[in-house]
Amino acid sequence: MAEELSGAQALIKALEHEGVDIAFGVPGGAILPAYDPILDSSIRHILARHEQGAGHMASGYAHATGRVGVTIATSGPGATNLVTPLQDAYMDSIPLVAITGQVAMSSIGLDAFQEAHTWGISMPCTKHNYLVTDVNDIPDVIREAFHLAATGRPGPVLVDIPKDVLAAAMVWHRPGELDLPGYKPSIKGHPKQVRTAIDKIFDSIRPVIYAGGGIVRANASAELIRFAELIDAPVVTTLMARGVIPDSHPQTLGMPGMHGVYAATTAMQRSDLLIAIGARFDDRVTGDPSKFAPLAEVIHVDVDPAEIGKVRNADVPIVGDAKAVLEQLIVAAEAKASKRPLAGREEWYATVRGWQQSHPLAYEQDPDGPIQQQYVIEELHRLTGGDAIVVAGVGQHQMWASQFWKFEAPRTWINSGGLGTMGYAVPAAIGAKAGRPEATVFAIDGDGCFQMTSQELITAAVENIPVKIAVMNNHSLGMVKQWQRLFYGERYSATDLTDHTPDYVKLAEAMGCAGLRAETPDEVAPTLEKALAIDDRPVVVELRCDPDAMVFPMVPAGGSNDDVVMSEEEL
Amino acid sequence: MDQHVISVIVENKPGVLARVSSLFARRGFNIHSLAVGPTEDPKLSRMTVVVDGPAMEQIVKQLYKLVHTVKVTEHDRDNTVEREVMLLRVNAEPKRRSEIFDAAALFEARAVDVGASSIAFELTGDPRRLADFLELMRTYGIVSLVKSGRIAIAKDTKGTTRKRRLKTA
Repeated sequence: MAEELSGAQALIKALEHEGVDIAFGVPGGAILPAYDPILDSSIRHILARHEQGAGHMASGYAHATGRVGVTIATSGPGATNLVTPLQDAYMDSIPLVAITGQVAMSSIGLDAFQEAHTWGISMPCTKHNYLVTDVNDIPDVIREAFHLAATGRPGPVLVDIPKDVLAAAMVWHRPGELDLPGYKPSIKGHPKQVRTAIDKIFDSIRPVIYAGGGIVRANASAELIRFAELIDAPVVTTLMARGVIPDSHPQTLGMPGMHGVYAATTAMQRSDLLIAIGARFDDRVTGDPSKFAPLAEVIHVDVDPAEIGKVRNADVPIVGDAKAVLEQLIVAAEAKASKRPLAGREEWYATVRGWQQSHPLAYEQDPDGPIQQQYVIEELHRLTGGDAIVVAGVGQHQMWASQFWKFEAPRTWINSGGLGTMGYAVPAAIGAKAGRPEATVFAIDGDGCFQMTSQELITAAVENIPVKIAVMNNHSLGMVKQWQRLFYGERYSATDLTDHTPDYVKLAEAMGCAGLRAETPDEVAPTLEKALAIDDRPVVVELRCDPDAMVFPMVPAGGSNDDVVMSEEEL
Repeated sequence: MDQHVISVIVENKPGVLARVSSLFARRGFNIHSLAVGPTEDPKLSRMTVVVDGPAMEQIVKQLYKLVHTVKVTEHDRDNTVEREVMLLRVNAEPKRRSEIFDAAALFEARAVDVGASSIAFELTGDPRRLADFLELMRTYGIVSLVKSGRIAIAKDTKGTTRKRRLKTA
């Protein structure tokens, strides 16, 4: 029998059909009809304190689980508060579906209360977006939205639904066949290109695999490791790809680029063949692109054809899904290996090992001096045995976390790469923990970042999502301050937070969390141990860190990756 | 800078023009002209876009990323018929009228309005011819100028290329 539903009921039913278990949102006037059927649904709704928080929670959830994150907001300010998480997810290819309420159709264009042109505002920061004007379209639009978010190059999709459309009656129907004549993402790579790639790889004497976040999105970690071993090439993992091959693997060199490991950055510079997979030649990786990897031919595998040739010309372009293409490359490499050996790699590895030894990541923890953030990260790694999902904000703490944490598996490192969204860590950690409650989720945050979104800890406490947040308190906007010290003659404009620092322990407690503090190096381990032992509520650990520490290695912005600076003295 | 003419076949959906123009704006591509209209298939529209600049490959790829884009073709200018409509009003004192009409007749421009002191012409043709006519009319003083934006259709070269191949083979 035909089931008569309201648009709102159809929306929630369609979300259930997509397998949505959790949605992160904030209600309001225009989205009100949709919140009523949520009460009767199987979906757990997590009430964020701000829509930006809800959006980043959905992103953290998607990062950690690989499923589509869902966020719900009302019209006007609700929708505009989602712009940052949408753009963040767009830059980092995170699958999200955002549902926003809109004023009634009859009010659109009249500057109605809480009206904003959400469709227009969200167009450039989504993979695709919808304004639903007919209640009967809801099942098909939701099906399409999830399909678009999750397939091809993943990304955020927004569905804007006017209040009267949510309230209108419809007869429920299962969504029909997808009707997207212009959307056909390539899966398999062109066989001829795959063969050409393998020929070049077998001839190369200084190959480097440049592994990007696309490999995480494609769940192709196992294939990457197999391929890397078959062709015996060193692997660099970008900020978005940390963990896609274990840091303990002998072929892993770590992160390249602006604050990358010297050996990783330099190996790319000296390489004769870059094998880029799911990476986009971001300026933080390449430095001055005209001076980047000048000796290298490029094999570029990406599911998004527009990434190929955007920054760097590809000698062998391969459009396809990272997992599918890696499978093809593995088969082709195995076949080739039965006919001829790889070009000798001994000299190349000897050179790379030399760089690793001469230019290691380094810091010093003076037992009587201020706490170094690198030390906190290493201690946390030791105490957890590395078994945790690490979430970072943006800035110095993020770079140190990516450098000093030893990642062993994909989806254990969550951060805002492309957009560089300060304040990302707290809500993203909550989303990750909601999606993977069995995991220890530890955010490594800065004091600047923390003050942008810390109110979401109330959400975590109320919803019983026991995340742990390390606030690396250096009383400053550290990365900006570092640039002022190095490039603006030590003129510290608007980066000192000393006079405005809240009491983080009291703040944590006021929000229903445990609050802890370590002020000296010897307090670090015991305090982190205490934090790890608390599992019935969120924990905030304030660590009073060195306000003058700087992140190295460093390639000054716009500089060549040949000029990696290891310390302030070298500048 | 080089001009390129591309045809973009898009699904005939609300907002699709906004998506295309927003894409050009945010990627920093320069649109010279853009004309939109229906095609033989009511579900599809055709946009003819004339763009300046060298980054054609990126433009085409970015257009394909729009979910509603079905096909993008860059026209080979030698094998394409290009047309544009121009409406042009020129100063026309009575004593110079016959001279102006003679010039217009050379281009087969049609007078669509004759006023006391000006004449409006309509001219359809390839962009070069329009430019030549415009240049000629400048001497009389142009009151106002309206152009439709270019539209283009590929020539049917199947037979001719086969013949050429046979000859050279």
